[in-house]
Amino acid sequence: MTEVKDLEALFQAKIDAEQKIEPKDWMPEKYRKNLVRQVSQHAHSEVVGMLPEGNWITRAPNLRRKAILLAKVQDEAGHGLYLYSACETLGVTRESTIDDLLSGKAKYSSIFNYPTLTWADIGAIGWLVDGAAIMNQVMLTRTSYGPYARAMVRICKEESFHQRQGYEIIAVLSKGTPEQKDMAQDALNRWWWPSLMMFGPHDGESAHTAESMKWKIKRESNDELRQKFIDRTVQQAEVIGLKVPDPDLKWNEERGHYDHGEIDWKEFWNVVEGNGPCNHERMKARIAAHENGRWVREAAVAYASKKARKKQAA
Amino acid sequence: MSDNPNNWPLWEVFIQSKRGLEHKHVGSLHAADAEMAIENARDVYTRRQEGNSIWVVEAEHIHASRPEDAESLFDPADDKVYRHPTFYTMPEGAKYI
Ligand SMILES: [Fe+2]
Ligand SMILES: [Fe+2]
Repeated sequence: MTEVKDLEALFQAKIDAEQKIEPKDWMPEKYRKNLVRQVSQHAHSEVVGMLPEGNWITRAPNLRRKAILLAKVQDEAGHGLYLYSACETLGVTRESTIDDLLSGKAKYSSIFNYPTLTWADIGAIGWLVDGAAIMNQVMLTRTSYGPYARAMVRICKEESFHQRQGYEIIAVLSKGTPEQKDMAQDALNRWWWPSLMMFGPHDGESAHTAESMKWKIKRESNDELRQKFIDRTVQQAEVIGLKVPDPDLKWNEERGHYDHGEIDWKEFWNVVEGNGPCNHERMKARIAAHENGRWVREAAVAYASKKARKKQAA
Repeated sequence: MSDNPNNWPLWEVFIQSKRGLEHKHVGSLHAADAEMAIENARDVYTRRQEGNSIWVVEAEHIHASRPEDAESLFDPADDKVYRHPTFYTMPEGAKYI
């Protein structure tokens, strides 16, 4: 019999040779667990992420914006589904994955625990939040687990319009009346730091980084991705005449990157631990949606089996 | 599979993007029956004109080869290069072959 140690060496050799791991392949239990955690958390983020934007669908300023926002939110529902499906290939049921979200055992991205106070926030979310997510997701198209990588390719194709529609909203506002420009700047002020937090703790403090990199689940570190995001986004803010709310932000000629101020990690952990402005509201909305949908799920099963019986009788 | 009879089964989705092309696996979803699976597949996998036709198959009806068997199944093809046209030496000057 092949020893687990040999299997692990074979597994690592596959990863090192840039071969994808597929559902039926042998994998270390920790690799599987690590992926279940990450992929399910990613799926929950897509789903919970619909709530702050859904808040503005009925109040979008015109029909064009409304159709766009609806399409974007619908995409996010699809992203949730692709990821739940990828998660299921790791041997966990859809039901238990969703139960873990609703019981609070599983996390979702903390960014969605911030409120969308004005229409400019919808612009800021597309530009910054989707922008930050894209950095991470583009990296994940090369992740070592096949179903996760394939879901990411599909997601990335759909994401690019999300960021562009958001930037367009902010750009239009920043060219508008003084009040509109203020609104755009205020949204940037409130979303900038939480967006940087989306990349997670610094590399030295990140619990899963070393293992995730060894197994090529992740291919770039939190700090590397964050830096890339900052470098691109600062230029975009300049183009539309908005100011990034970081007094320490400075171009570093030597590094070829922007230096930036320190992130408020106390705030980060506080929101992760459930004390953000909207944690409670988001969970309440998800639980209500799940409970209110129960009769629909049951009715669909009853209807399907009735149809099947009729077909058999005919 | 969960024991709860109210959970919808898993379906694998195959989309033909254009007439004349093959149906390709694109992902999966849960649905109460085939009709609902097709409707949901339309909503999830063809929002950007990716589709011309949809197949859905209940995941439990798919039988897959085992990764452990890959060698015995596929290695025999490795030493049969004569199955490829480039294996053959054509006489100098012969055309259209
Ligand atoms: Fe998404
Ligand atoms: Fe998005």
